[in-house]
Amino acid sequence: MLEEQAGTFSYVPPASSRFRVLKRSSQFLVDKPLGGIGAIIIAVLLLMAIFAPLIAPFPYAENHISDRLQGPSLRYFFGTDASGRDIFSRVVYGARVSVVVGFGAVSISVFIASVLGIVSAYYGGLVDTLIQRLVDIWLSFPSLVILISIMAVIGMGLSNLTLAIGLLLSVGFSRVVRASALTVKGNLFIEAATTIGASDMRIMFRHILPNVVPTIIVIATVQLGAAILIESSLSFLGYGVPPPRPSWGGMLSGSGLVYFTKAPWMAVFPGAFITLAVFGFNMLGDGLRDALDPRLRGSR
Amino acid sequence: MRAYALRRVILAAPTLLGVTIILFALVRMLPGDAVQQILGEYPGYASDEDALRKELGLDKPIPQQYLSWVGHVVRLDLGESLQTKRPIVDELRMRAPVTFELGILAIFLGLCISIPIGVLSALKQDSLADYAARTLSVGMLAIPGFWLATLVITLPSIWWQWTPSPTYTRFTEDPVANLGHMFLPALILATALSGTLMRVTRTEMINVMRQDYIRTARAKGLSNYVVLIRHSLRNAFIPVITVIGLQVPVIIGGSVILENIFTIPGTGRYLLEAISKRDYPVIQGINLLLALVVIFTNIAVDLSYSIIDPRIRYSR
Repeated sequence: MLEEQAGTFSYVPPASSRFRVLKRSSQFLVDKPLGGIGAIIIAVLLLMAIFAPLIAPFPYAENHISDRLQGPSLRYFFGTDASGRDIFSRVVYGARVSVVVGFGAVSISVFIASVLGIVSAYYGGLVDTLIQRLVDIWLSFPSLVILISIMAVIGMGLSNLTLAIGLLLSVGFSRVVRASALTVKGNLFIEAATTIGASDMRIMFRHILPNVVPTIIVIATVQLGAAILIESSLSFLGYGVPPPRPSWGGMLSGSGLVYFTKAPWMAVFPGAFITLAVFGFNMLGDGLRDALDPRLRGSR
Repeated sequence: MRAYALRRVILAAPTLLGVTIILFALVRMLPGDAVQQILGEYPGYASDEDALRKELGLDKPIPQQYLSWVGHVVRLDLGESLQTKRPIVDELRMRAPVTFELGILAIFLGLCISIPIGVLSALKQDSLADYAARTLSVGMLAIPGFWLATLVITLPSIWWQWTPSPTYTRFTEDPVANLGHMFLPALILATALSGTLMRVTRTEMINVMRQDYIRTARAKGLSNYVVLIRHSLRNAFIPVITVIGLQVPVIIGGSVILENIFTIPGTGRYLLEAISKRDYPVIQGINLLLALVVIFTNIAVDLSYSIIDPRIRYSR
């Protein structure tokens, strides 16, 4: 009884956090229409990946031999390929690869970049020099070149691919986190935390990290697009996701090339989806950059 | 200036050392059966596994292997290709200029596209043209080069029965035919590059145009053209050069794909051939060369600041 009363009369914050998130998100869509378009594209992409079996009219590997190389129709929205597989279904399932590799790689990248960047900025001195020289070394390799080479050594496969892309993306990312963490480190509240005897770990991950999060979100969004682009390039070259599983890059590769002049839809749709996905993440990243971190505005 | 250049080169030494260690380790990271695989791929190469290990220098202790490899690298000896038994350096000497040409052409085309649009976008800030240009630049960044290339090869052949020539001509034999062959892949490489450059040019021009010295230049009655070219663009150019430097690894990566699609015998195509044949010494050699290119591009970019901006020249 008492609790109920206390509940009814107690002070309710003007907007509970759940509503604030909703309100801020809808405000974002209004303020940054291009970012909003990006968000919508990504939402559609995610739904496609999650509900692929419900959306795709056919299993992705089902052959319809009598319907080989057919143009787009009501039965096959995006046409069929050389073994009569429905391209629409393959594109829908292909979203899964892009989403899994994209989010997997970027999670790895965010984790490593945050730790490296913050540790490097916080300790400075020898630790910083050492980490930054290591970053220099990795940044000397053209990423696609070293990635194909690494894939040739460790072997193909979804998890190897995700890991390799994630590690590679983290290097440049850690530089941005470091720069951002350096700015935060100069603030008075860090000095205050040091004065009251907070441990290094606490300062780094309870005080600096939360203030670097906006930067991390922005860069991670753009990197999601980059990861999808890299994955599709590797799959296109034949060093990404191994065959039966459909990936957008893989659908454009190798044996298909012979048929593209007869069946251009085989090439048009998977590529259009890569472009759309990358475009979506870049647009969202731009919008978020303006909304979350004005300091990064105009940088890339 | 010379002292600065020297210091910059010396500072690159640890990076270079790290690069060689990573490339050395990469090939040693091969799963245990790799020697067998190589033997399977190249039966005539050695009589048995032990002989092959010896041939590849894999029988010695690791530090000794590394030192002997670096020793050869320093003397410009990257070893032999497993496949052709030819020295890798000879092959790279033929192929590196091809990739270099493609890259330079791409940067040139990228600048031709992005500078005018970027400047226009900045001058007409927040106009419809500005929005169109900005959307275009994000779009250009999103299109995968290999898709664009596939479409460029496929669609014209359907519509007009036109296909790009499949045979590559060396620049020294027939410059016109060579440039004709290089134009499309360079343009495709330039697409993503100009997407980035357009944004930088626009942002920098907007910043520069707000500076006091631009107002001064206008106030003393200089023509719009002089203000734009001599006073604004020159100052906006430093970040543009930085970004071109940062994009060099991306251009190299893109050239791997495009050389393959357009059958251009450059380093990128060599890399893919080597990878499909498990020709590990070649993979190592190409990675080393390309990392060197990136490292020296960074140095060149740093040095170029002092040429463009006199303040940097004198302060050092």
